[in-house]
Formats: sequence, structure tokens, C-alpha cells
Amino acid sequence: MSDTDVEPDAGIEPGIAAPPERQAAQDVPRPKGMGPIGWLRWAWRQLTTMRTALILLFLTALGAVPGSILPQRGQAPEKVAQYYVDHKTLAPWLDKFSLFDVFGAPWFAAIYILLFVSLAGCVIPRAVKHYQAMRARPPAAPRNLGRLPQSASYETDEAPDKVLEEARALLKGRRFRVDTGGSAVAAEKGYLGETGNLLFHLALLALLFALGSGSLFGYRGNVLVTEGDTFVNSLSRYDQFNPGRSFNAGDLAPFSVRIDKFSAKYETGGDKRGLATDFGAKVHYRDTPSGPEKTADLKVNHPLKVGGAKVYLLGHGYSPQFTVRDGKGNIAFRGSVPFLTMEPRNLTSEGVIKVPDAVPDQLAFYGILFPTAVTTQDGRLASAFPGALRPAITIASFKGDLGLDSGTPQSVYKIEGIGKTVQPLGKKGQKVLMQGETLKLPDGEGSITFDGLKQWTSLSVNHDPGRFPALFAAILAVLGVATSFMIRRRRVWVRASAAEGGRTVVEVGGLTLGNATSEFDDIVAALRGPDEEADGPEGPADENGHDGPAEPAKAEE
Amino acid sequence: MSTADLAELSDKLMLSTVVLYIVAMVAYAADLGFGQRRRAATEDAESVEAEAKVLVASDGSDAGVAHDDVPAAAAVADDSEEPEYAGRREIDWARLAVVLNVLGWGAHLGVLLTRGLAADRWPWGNMYEFLIAISFAAVTAYLVVLARFKARFLGAFVMIAAVIALGVANIWLYERAGGPVTAALNSYWIAIHVTAAIIATGAFTVAGSATILYFLKARYEAANATGTGVLSRIPSSEDLDKLALRVTMFAFPIWTAAIIMGAIWADEAWGRYWGWDPKEIWSFVTWIIYAAYLHARATAGWKGRKAAILSLLAFAALLFNFFGVNYMFSGLHSYA
Repeated sequence: MSDTDVEPDAGIEPGIAAPPERQAAQDVPRPKGMGPIGWLRWAWRQLTTMRTALILLFLTALGAVPGSILPQRGQAPEKVAQYYVDHKTLAPWLDKFSLFDVFGAPWFAAIYILLFVSLAGCVIPRAVKHYQAMRARPPAAPRNLGRLPQSASYETDEAPDKVLEEARALLKGRRFRVDTGGSAVAAEKGYLGETGNLLFHLALLALLFALGSGSLFGYRGNVLVTEGDTFVNSLSRYDQFNPGRSFNAGDLAPFSVRIDKFSAKYETGGDKRGLATDFGAKVHYRDTPSGPEKTADLKVNHPLKVGGAKVYLLGHGYSPQFTVRDGKGNIAFRGSVPFLTMEPRNLTSEGVIKVPDAVPDQLAFYGILFPTAVTTQDGRLASAFPGALRPAITIASFKGDLGLDSGTPQSVYKIEGIGKTVQPLGKKGQKVLMQGETLKLPDGEGSITFDGLKQWTSLSVNHDPGRFPALFAAILAVLGVATSFMIRRRRVWVRASAAEGGRTVVEVGGLTLGNATSEFDDIVAALRGPDEEADGPEGPADENGHDGPAEPAKAEE
Repeated sequence: MSTADLAELSDKLMLSTVVLYIVAMVAYAADLGFGQRRRAATEDAESVEAEAKVLVASDGSDAGVAHDDVPAAAAVADDSEEPEYAGRREIDWARLAVVLNVLGWGAHLGVLLTRGLAADRWPWGNMYEFLIAISFAAVTAYLVVLARFKARFLGAFVMIAAVIALGVANIWLYERAGGPVTAALNSYWIAIHVTAAIIATGAFTVAGSATILYFLKARYEAANATGTGVLSRIPSSEDLDKLALRVTMFAFPIWTAAIIMGAIWADEAWGRYWGWDPKEIWSFVTWIIYAAYLHARATAGWKGRKAAILSLLAFAALLFNFFGVNYMFSGLHSYA
């Protein structure tokens, strides 16, 4: 900090006061006829002004807003696709400005990188200065202590040297850094405030780097696993996989997780009927293929740490089990098929069963599952509860070429080519199946039996090496900002000079960055000692020259 | 007591809270309106003591001094006044307001306690409870400011905010006490993350009230008005500005901590600590604007009006984060 601080500051608050070089936003002289280096220096000074930092902060906030209004690819790619359908002309334009991926957009990166460069450009030199100031001697006493925001003077019979020696001891006892020069004692305290301030800003820089490295070297994947199935951590098993730019697929830890049993507890009454109050899965897992098998309860808020990654239970749904016989009476399919949730409250779900092995015709079925099937007043089926109390599935059957052999990838949740290569089997191919019931397909094409229900869980697997550095940086940031707001730097000067009649005039001056505290009065009282209370020509006049406004309390009086 | 009894008690306490706050609001308004015509200095020992704690403490006599006395005593201290008409003692609006306010605060606390006991969990599991808790935090923050800085002029405005919040909660968001919460909220983090968010929001509300008063007062001062209206009786715009800053400086670190603890919880529950969920975006936006405000406040050219505008923008973002995000966007925080 420069000596300009000794001037009573213009009411700028503790901890957050900007250094003079950042205050001088408008005063940076425009270079005249300077070369490129001059311009660069000018641009750098502009960038590191507080005004620029403020504008960049504001732009960051403003730039984040579309991320909450428009659907984002990172969070909900399906909603982006829907937006394209709904806004055919607008969507491509929005996309040109990366508005469906705001937080990965070049312009957003530009804003926050500039912000952090500006921050670094201010904080790092300031940290150096702070370090020097902490090691330097406290600034010498200004000539006129009476002009400081806090000042007092009194006379005493003690010799000036004795007074200064006492002041020195007193201030040292109060943990001030003390320096004696000539006829005055200079003392300073509260450097932790600025340290906290710098720590906060440097921690934010560290946080940014931690976040960046996490997304660069980490990965995240989602996979849906039905009870009884095992998930082996490999690329091909993921339904969705987002690796960081520098992530190497060979680095996937070879762990495996088997979902043994999923269970959910639902609220059974009241207006929150159907709310899942607890759900979780019992799992077996291995860190490596040859490692020992361990068990765990995988629940919301209780992820599983395995092989350097974390496995989270995010959602759940039903996987009905079917047996499909083809036209020849052979079992062409037997197993469970995950159905996707159509409405979350009562878990009505839909799904598709594709049976490419059926002969003579390939078969496919579209089903809607009602975990607790009831008939509504208008005669339709609906689910009244998310638990599987009375499961029923409406089945619609199709036959024809499913197109699975063509090599074009297909969604497992959708039948392709309906009306072209795949034909519906009409009314006779439709039925509501209760558990255990069978639908015989028309024309001897075969049958489908609804055997039972299993549940699936959607797991999110992620590995983020930036997690702990980010947490550490975040904690430092909170500690730093709290410290910088709580501790303010104070300076106290004591000058003693001989006066007429063998008396000594003692002047005390105080300067606090921001709002002063009662500490100064305590120090003056302690210096004067109990006996000399009445001696002074004037009492502690700590409001001398104080540039603060009239106290509001006075307005009340 | 059974859950049903507790739930019923909680609803009765809620009614008492609202009624007490409304009456306190009227009393505060009356105090602002005609309670302060003359504050004659008295030899009362109380008022001597009171002078030691001066509002906003910019003269260095206050901060760091422990205040053990209840807010009521602090505020009452400077209010001994001579009756305006001989023989008729005026109602002491200030004392009445503060007493009602504290009683209402007690009932408010009771609402939260009984709701918590009825559900056997932290009483901030849904929007109704969250709004009750935030208004409780705001009233608490006001009472602290009242005790420390004698900022009684804020009373009427904080009461208006609290009554509106409780009204909105009871009319549109009511949920019976003892209700269950979704599985994701069954975590000790709700005690930490949500509590921090509630405290910060409460304090920001008080800062916001002071900032709104700052604008009114600044305009009044600019017009060089010499009236005897309400605005002439509230502190100078500069002091309001300082008060708003101090409360914001208290709330900002807590808000920062709330966001970070939310990130830790998100890491446990959803598998990522930051995913740009709408709630996360808006808490970030709020944080950034408050940060801008704090920086602006420290910069010579931006002090005063410009900084105050930023403060109000930040408060608007905070409110939007609470209402807008929960009802307009679907996200992981949509528990309502």
C-alpha cells in the first residue's frame, strides 16, 4: 500500500478498498504517438482498472442468464432438439451464438478469461506490494496528528522518552507492529484483512484452474442398469459418455458394479402421495476384475466410490420382463426391457421390444406400462401410484423388417420404419396385459407374455481430478473473504514533546482503513492512565476532522 | 404432542405471527410518522447508555462492543419524551412496535420449531417453509441491526416485507406441517446449505430495504427538501448506504459459503458440483452482482447511486432465484 493511505480516505470501506492504481480508472493517459508497446501498456492498464473489472463482472452475470432461459446441450440435449422443432428459424441463429451451450461458448470464455486476467493483473502486483508492506517498517508519523480521523492530545508530567517507551510497550502488548523514530512511535496492525482479501481473489483464480483441469482430464457417463445386470466400466457400455478433452479412454478404471435389488419407498397418502421418500439399490462391486467383491447400498446422497470414480444413483424406472414366441413356437426373446418414464409422478412408462430373431417375420412391440393400473372415468388406463401394485401393459404389435441388419444405428426406445418396412398387426395385435398374461398374435405370428417386472436404475459415473483442488480453493475463498471483511488495518502514532513547565505534550493519532472502532479510545485511555484522566486540556476528540456524516442517531434525537 | 397437534399449533402460531407483524408495522409507521417530532434529551440514565451505541458506528464508538440487552431495551432507551399536550401522555409507538415485533418474532420462531418437530426434520423442506424461514431470517437480521445500530426506521419496511412474504406463503404455497420430502433432501446438508442460504437471504433483504430507503432519501436530499415528512426523519442517505453495505458485507461471505456448500451437496447427490442448473446459474448471477456492488462501493467513481443500483439488481436476482427459477424453469432444484 502506498503512502496515499495516510490521507483520510474518502469513506471507502475496510477490506474492499481498491488500491490507488485501480481507483484511477479514468485518468490513465491515452498514449500519444506511442509504439505498439505503449499501446499494449495502455491496454493492460485499462484492463486492470476496477472499472473494467466491474464491467466484466456485470457481463459475466448477464452472459450467464441465457443459460437459464434457453435449453442447454450439456444439461438437456433433448430439450434443445425440441426447441429446434418449435423455433425453426430462430434456433439456428441462437446456435450460431452458442446460446445452447452458453457456458462453453467462446464469448463467455472470453468474458471470464478477461475477468480473470484483469483480476490477476490487479491482485498479483498487489500481493507483492502487500508482502513488502508487511516486512517494511510502519509508516512514520505524519506531521500533524491532529488532522487524522482519530486524534487526541494531553499533557503529562512524565518525560517524553518515558511516554514513548510506555506507548511502545502498550502497543506491542496489543500486538501492533511498532517502530520508534525520533520523537514518535508508529504502530500498525490488521494486515490480515488485506491478506484475506488477496487470498480470496487468488483462491478464485485457483478455483478456475481446478474447474478447468477437472473438465479437461475427467469424464462423465450415464448408463441404465436393470436389476440383476452388471455394469462394467468401458466405453461401449455407456448410453452417454462425455470425456474431457485430454481424457484417454484407456484410463477408464476397470471396475464393475452389479445391481442386485432396487427398492423405493413411496408416500402412500396425503397430497404428496407417490412421492419417493427413499430409494436405493443393493449392489456388489469390484475395483478390478480380479479384485474382491464388496457390497454397498447405493442411494441418493450416498454415491459409491470405486476405482477412482464415483457412481451415483440418479433415477429409476421399470424394466418389464417378456417372453416372445415366434410363428414357429420357438422362444425368440426372453428378458427384461427398460421402459422410459413418461410421467414421473406415477411412473407410467413406455418402451419397445424388438425381436429380430423371430421367424418367419421379425416382430416388434410398443408397450405402455402402468405400475398401478386403474381405469379412469372416461374408461382409459392410468397409473395411480408409482409402486408396482397392479402392473398392466398395453401392447401394440408390429411385424416386418426392423432394419437392424442394415447397420444404421437405431434407438432401442423407438421402432423405425412403421408403415414402410414394419406393419402394425391391427386391433388383434393389441391388448392390455396383466402380469402373467399372454397375447396371441393374429395369423399365427406368435405370442408375447408379460412375465414380471424388474426395476432399472440410471447411474452416473464420473471422474473429476479437479474436485478436491476446487473444494480446497473454495474453502480458502470463503475464509479469505470473511477475514477481509472482519479485519481492518489500523495505524496509531504517538508523539511526545516537551512543553513549558517541564510538562510533556502527548499527541496520539489513529487511522483505520474504513470504519474506525473503539480501539483507539481504549489505547488513549490506557496511555493516559487512570490518574491523569482530568489533566488534559482536551479529551479524546476522535471525531476531529472526521469526514463521516452526522450520525443517524442524531437524526433521531 | 402428536404430529397433528403440532401442525395445528404451528398454523395458530403462524396466524399470531402475521397479526403481530401487521400491528408492529402500523406501530413502526406511526412512530416514523409522528413519534419523533421532538426527541427531547433526557437525563434518563438509559439514554446516556444508549448514546454509547450510535447508529452505524462510523465514529468508532460501537463496533465490537457486546450488546447483551434485548433489542427492545436498546430501542426504547432514547424514546422517553415529553407528552405533546399537557396532561395527555402520547402512546409510545416505538416501544409498542418493538415489543410487538419481538413477540411476533417469538411466534415466528415457534412456527418453525413446531413444523420441524411435526415433521421430525429441518423445517425448510418445501417452498412454504423456505419462505417462512427466509422472512424469519430477515426479521432476525433486522432485530440485530436494531440492537446494534438502532436502525428502527427500517422496522416498518422490514415488517412490510415480512408480512408480504408470509402472506404469499400462506395464500399460494401453503403445505401442512409434517409433510414428507423427496429422497434427495434427506441429507444433513439441508441443515448447512439451506440454512446458510436462508440467513444470507434474510440479511440481503434488510440490506435491500436500506438501499431502497437510500434512493428515497437521496432524492429527498437532492430536492433540498425541508419538510417534516417521514423522509426527514430517517438517517441521511450516506448512512443508509453504509448500513446497507455493512449488512451486505455480513451476508456476502455467508452467501458464498452457501453456494459452495450447495456445490458439495450437489457433488454428493447429483454427481457433479457445478452443472449450471437454473438455480446454480442464478445464485452465481446474484453472487457476481453482489461482488460487483462491493467492488463498486470501493471505487471512487462508482460509489453511491451507481453502487446502490447494483445492490438492488443483485437483490432482484436473489428474489428471482427464489421465485422465478422455481416456478419458471425446471431444474434439479424444482422441489416445489
